[in-house]
Amino acid sequence: MTGPSAPRREVVTGEPRRVRPLPRYRAQAEIQEQTALGGAYVRSLMRSQLRAALTVFAVLALTAGTLPLAFAALRDATAVWAVLGCAAYPLLTLGGWWYVRRAERNERDFARLVKGRPAP
Amino acid sequence: MSQTYTAVAVAVVVLATVLVGGFGLRISRTTSDFYVASRTVGPALNAAAISGEYLSAASFLGIAGLVLLHGPDMLWYPVGYTAGYLVLLVFVAAPLRRSGAYTLPDFAEGRLESRAVRRLVSLFVVGAGWLYLVPQLQGAGMTLKILTGAPGWFGGVLVALVVVVAVAAGGMRSITFVQAFQYWLKLTALLVPAIFLLLAWYGDDRPRPVLDLASTAAVRADHPLYATYGLIVATFLGTMGLPHVVVRFYTSPNGRAARRTTVAVLALIGAFYLLPPVYGALGRLYAPELPDGAAADAAVLLLPERAIGGLGGDLLGALVAGGAFAAFLSTASGLTMAVAGVLTQDVLPARGVRQFRLAAPLAIVVPLCGSLLVSDAPVADSVGMAFAVSASSFCPLLVLGIWWRGLTPPGAVAGLLLGGGLSFAATVLTVAGTVRSGWPHALLAWPAVWSVPVGFLAMVLVSLATRARIPAGTNAAMARFHLPEGLT
Repeated sequence: MTGPSAPRREVVTGEPRRVRPLPRYRAQAEIQEQTALGGAYVRSLMRSQLRAALTVFAVLALTAGTLPLAFAALRDATAVWAVLGCAAYPLLTLGGWWYVRRAERNERDFARLVKGRPAP
Repeated sequence: MSQTYTAVAVAVVVLATVLVGGFGLRISRTTSDFYVASRTVGPALNAAAISGEYLSAASFLGIAGLVLLHGPDMLWYPVGYTAGYLVLLVFVAAPLRRSGAYTLPDFAEGRLESRAVRRLVSLFVVGAGWLYLVPQLQGAGMTLKILTGAPGWFGGVLVALVVVVAVAAGGMRSITFVQAFQYWLKLTALLVPAIFLLLAWYGDDRPRPVLDLASTAAVRADHPLYATYGLIVATFLGTMGLPHVVVRFYTSPNGRAARRTTVAVLALIGAFYLLPPVYGALGRLYAPELPDGAAADAAVLLLPERAIGGLGGDLLGALVAGGAFAAFLSTASGLTMAVAGVLTQDVLPARGVRQFRLAAPLAIVVPLCGSLLVSDAPVADSVGMAFAVSASSFCPLLVLGIWWRGLTPPGAVAGLLLGGGLSFAATVLTVAGTVRSGWPHALLAWPAVWSVPVGFLAMVLVSLATRARIPAGTNAAMARFHLPEGLT
């Protein structure tokens, strides 16, 4: 085996770092150099993505927050079976599908914004 | 007679797991293959693998048992397990993948540039992973004991052995195939008997199952409404932090694929969760006298024999037993993979695939001892506690780390220690049985309602008080998390 002075072996599980291609658009360069304008681009994307996320989460939290109270008031076991045993799952999947469409549209809009002006 | 069929079914599942794992081993060559399947797993395969890994003993046996015992309010468990993925999708999925980290400690260190936070997160990952492994191994022991009369420790030891062989041999690449295969196996093992059970029920002139349980249900909590909310908070927010769930997202090729994978997972586990309630409802009809406590978890296993009987009942029972074993194996291997990954990177002295193969047995031996020592609580309840710890520690770390520029290392440490530490302490006190009734018991047994706000508040307040410690690379990290690949 190797001696005690042998350098410690490091495992690299990350992606291989490629040399970054030169930015093709001015906004891309602004983002990479972290200028005030570049920061504003990133913030605008984050805001639109967070809005989509919070929309889904608010609907989910409101529903889940009121349902137990509603069930306790109704005292109708059949309704509990129907909602929690069946109806909930397609609705959850539908919510996820809506969010993915929104998030991908936000990213497309952002890409269009960034590519709007070619680099000097 | 039925014991032979069950033994054969379990043996087939174990053998198939080892064989599929071996197939993965043949193409698992590099370190990157080993840990993250070289990040090339497409949405369809990855979604089946995530679902296969996620649907544990608690889903396969526990939900039907709890519904049988305590009534339809327990259906919040599967709804919460599913909704947790929706919360994960909207807040975490794509940025987590784009962060380029492999484990939660990697994420914490990359975002906060602090070794101390990294070590603390490692500690919590190992703790939460072990907490979640115990019920899997207990469930395996119980299943084999009830169906074949084997001693109680045998099932747990068998699962631990198979998992160590599969994980240590092939790593993530082979586990991906194993788990995708096990999702479809579990779905089949629950769907086919369910169809026959419904036919038998139809043939019996459709007796009306007792849906309303106000009179018959065993008292589960002094404060059922509070318990329901505790369950909702823990499962909705806890899913995103479960160590074996997080690791899976790094195997997606990019952030967009990670999102699409999550929607596919929602559909797959949603389809699966339509089935346990069927067993719960029919169980009230055909096996109402099942002893309470942990034995209710056996309802799914015993129902085919009770309701159908004869050779058909035996064969269907064996199919269910095989599916249950797939559930123990897949979740246990995913957790072992995650815990062993953290042990290799942060605890054991040297790194590399060889150390990983040493870490895998270590990762499962501790919970195995735990499962043999701790008296058996219902599987779904113990799993609920792992969710509560995850929701109070990892959820604030991930959500604030991804969306808030103000997070500082001291803030993260405070949130982890207060939120995660308190919920963990509450779990320990509950398991030890120090408090048995009234509000103190309810608050300790379902800690998420108070411990999640505590975790978030501590993180935000301490971060605000230590603004000077905001890491220098915060803006760059935010750009990396949120910008689509190709634009960064």
